[in-house]
Amino acid sequence: MHKNIKMGILAAIAVILILVFLFTDMGNYWGYVIPNRSIKILALVLTGAAIAFSTVVFQTITNNRILTPGIIGLDSLYMLIQTFLIFVFGSTDLTVMNKSVNFLVSVGLMVLFAGLLYQFLFKREGQNIYFLLLVGLVMGTLFQSFSSFMQVIIDPNEFQIIQDRMFASFNNINTDLLMLSIVLMLAVSIYFFRFVKFLDVLSLGKEQAINLGVDYNYVVKRLLIVVAILISISTALVGPITFLGLLVVNVAYQFIKTYQHSYLIFSSILISIIALVGGLLIVERVFTFSTTLSVIINFIGGAYFIYLLLKENKSW
Amino acid sequence: MVEVRNVSKQYGNKYVVENVSLEIPKGKITSFIGPNGAGKSTLLSMIARLTTKDSGQILIDGMEVSKCKSNELSKKISILKQSNHINIRLTIRELVSFGRFPYSQGRLTKEDWMFVDEAIEYMELGDIQDKFLDQLSGGQQQRAYIAMVIAQNTEYILLDEPLNNLDMKHSVQIMKVLSRLTEELGKTVVIVIHDINFASCYSDYIVALKEGKVVHEGPTDAIISQPALKDIYDMDISIENINDNRICVYYA
Repeated sequence: MHKNIKMGILAAIAVILILVFLFTDMGNYWGYVIPNRSIKILALVLTGAAIAFSTVVFQTITNNRILTPGIIGLDSLYMLIQTFLIFVFGSTDLTVMNKSVNFLVSVGLMVLFAGLLYQFLFKREGQNIYFLLLVGLVMGTLFQSFSSFMQVIIDPNEFQIIQDRMFASFNNINTDLLMLSIVLMLAVSIYFFRFVKFLDVLSLGKEQAINLGVDYNYVVKRLLIVVAILISISTALVGPITFLGLLVVNVAYQFIKTYQHSYLIFSSILISIIALVGGLLIVERVFTFSTTLSVIINFIGGAYFIYLLLKENKSW
Repeated sequence: MVEVRNVSKQYGNKYVVENVSLEIPKGKITSFIGPNGAGKSTLLSMIARLTTKDSGQILIDGMEVSKCKSNELSKKISILKQSNHINIRLTIRELVSFGRFPYSQGRLTKEDWMFVDEAIEYMELGDIQDKFLDQLSGGQQQRAYIAMVIAQNTEYILLDEPLNNLDMKHSVQIMKVLSRLTEELGKTVVIVIHDINFASCYSDYIVALKEGKVVHEGPTDAIISQPALKDIYDMDISIENINDNRICVYYA
């Protein structure tokens, strides 16, 4: 089957699922239901796209198919920022309440952190990308410990606000941030466009990429920042669910069977949207909210991860 | 021409390459020989900008390597390292087509595909060009990578132990291809090689390194001699003339 046909199938499934979600089981209040669901779908599509997109790029930079950007501690940093804001200012403060400011501060700090990590990596020579991952992993644990430290000493009522942000939730999407996220996402995509041609070459590894004339440090640094922004968007919108990325990107590799990133990125995004919208349909219409989407995603993702590790013959 | 001037590289306090100066003659095969840890691969990597140097200059056609645009350099000089493990699944043809990236930035033109076809033919990979790399033997993979370097069509071709893990037949085949590259296409080939008999039979010029320094350099005939080899390897190596080739006997 040609790759374009496969992409067409994916796109068709995604559109059908979205339409099913929007227009079935509406009841009598469709004037309320449709806009409400549209916003939800928009947030899902945005999150799905951001996660899939950033995971493809991150896996290519690290030349590793079982990593997600979550490993460098960006999720933990987000939680730390949220906890810290509430710890210092209390839950009633403007910065916590004004979500746009909070969002921009979080994104800014996450990008700054990615930049700092990168400095670690390329300050000395001979450091490989795994050093960056290790530092990120350690920092992530540190952030987590800081967060739990603050969480145990704050007021229990305020802790509830943090807890609300600790888990990915699609019923409680930060719709206020939607416009800002769309703008940011578009800006990042346009900026990213210049680098997309390098991704195929980067997947050959650092030395081959340099040999083929890629300015490796320059390109990787910028791609890492793109990843940081995308992760910030998805985390701020729904919470930490980078695990989804692992799942959808690997399914995309299996399905589309190519190394070409122009196909990989789009099919990952489509699969991600299918997984999220399909999952939400199951949660809302089948389980009638008795479980959450992140539980389903983590369950399926976890099972798939084990399968990946156990699978001996490495095909795609 | 590739000129190396007073180049040094140290890891910690240890010099792996110390104050090396040399000129690599154009249109010839130059071999870097020497014991393990002599700094041959590091020097090669520095020439191809994969590793930065601590001091000194490396000039390619009069331009300092570290100041050149990476993309421009990739049309002039190509390098193939010893171990090439890639995580993605590629066919030989796809791999070779990557060699055209410096020219086409991933959008290959008809002309690019012509170079790809030629490179595949040059390495006699036509029958298996649509096979995936992970289904191939080590020798076939090595030939595929060399085909990619040929498709890159650079004036200077650097190969780090291209005969690693290859059997005699394929080793000879690759060395013959390298000779053809210099003779037919006028390329300049630099290889790091451990088998001094291959160096003796195929190279025009030899640079011998030891402990980060150049101990001998010169035309092949001058280096493949008992006293020079004694300096380089600390071994008494007798040299026999067999069919007009100088063969070093060092096995016993």
